[in-house]
Amino acid sequence: MRMKAWFVASLVLLILGVAAPALADRRSEAKDQVDFGISVAQRGLWKEAVLHWESAVEKDPTYAAAWNDLGIGYEQLGRFTDARKAYEKALEAEPNNTFIRNNYDQFRENYDRLNRRRGGGR
Amino acid sequence: MTASTAAAVAVASVGLVIGASGCVSFYEIPVEIPLQAKIDVANFQRVLVFGFLSGGSNAIDPNTETARLLRSQLRSKQDLKVIDSDVVSLIDEVDRQRGTGPAPGATSAPKPAGAPGEPSTPGAKNEPRIKTDKDLQEYQSIFDDKDYWKAIGERYQSPLIITGTVMFTEMSKSGMVSRPQQYIDSTGITRYQEVHEWADLKGYALDSKFIFIDGRTGEQLYTEPVHEESLYPSTQSTPALSSYFELMDKVLPSFLNTLSTQKIRGTRILIK
Repeated sequence: MRMKAWFVASLVLLILGVAAPALADRRSEAKDQVDFGISVAQRGLWKEAVLHWESAVEKDPTYAAAWNDLGIGYEQLGRFTDARKAYEKALEAEPNNTFIRNNYDQFRENYDRLNRRRGGGR
Repeated sequence: MTASTAAAVAVASVGLVIGASGCVSFYEIPVEIPLQAKIDVANFQRVLVFGFLSGGSNAIDPNTETARLLRSQLRSKQDLKVIDSDVVSLIDEVDRQRGTGPAPGATSAPKPAGAPGEPSTPGAKNEPRIKTDKDLQEYQSIFDDKDYWKAIGERYQSPLIITGTVMFTEMSKSGMVSRPQQYIDSTGITRYQEVHEWADLKGYALDSKFIFIDGRTGEQLYTEPVHEESLYPSTQSTPALSSYFELMDKVLPSFLNTLSTQKIRGTRILIK
């Protein structure tokens, strides 16, 4: 019993030891892209910011913050379908993140109203 | 070390890794969301807000108020020249075309209840001719009359014509509402919690259809139906005109977006 427990614990740590650095590398590279994207977005360079966030989600598709920021970037550029997909990916990765949820709710408020009205128009 | 201790060490290690990387930084950033214009107005230099088929409550005159508000918004928020003209009552226009005058005691432009010299309660003398959607249907054929709109267009040098319907009606509902409630917790700090309660609500609904007509041909270019409601606790007294402007505030961005690219300002949270 005791041997089995040690075996399980060792296995967990071994997997972490092998997989975690690889994951951490990808996350670290993606994080650099996210940071740079934020710094250019703060200067109003949204197209450039979007390129960095696209690169971030390519490197680490599970990075919720990168998808969130990409959603904001697409929204700012008027690419609403892409924005919706990006926000949904962010929420898929972190369903309980209130920042992402709030951004998505605000986006939906505009997007749904726009679609409702356009759908009604001729 | 027992089995459970060993497992706890492993779980703690995982937690440490996650915890170390889980420090979230966030930045609030202003955004301006661009919404492209819904119709191409490059061929027009002028816009005419002609008048509306209006009805519902007699508390305000939706035709005059809507025309006045749209003109002022168009003057400041897009490039076409806004034509100054009297606001036309389309109800009177339709009745004139049919050769029928207004019914005795009925009016197309109700004076607000409580206006000087008028009874403060709605009376027969102040009844709008259009009270329901069914009444409205009887007048709507004017929008399909291309010759009529072409003639209007010729009179005003071929502008883009804005017309449509505006129904402003009183409404009441009962339902669950939420409100913040203040309380003091065990440490003496004032906090708020959301409480839900049943309440009687009253207010107004705005059902509009904005129709954009090419003044050169009389053809409809675009129509935009709108429905908005504002409800307040029945104990609260909200003037009809305030409620009307509150409802129009919700509608205006989309209306203006028909003619010109609009930007919706807001904020979003960027996360690291």
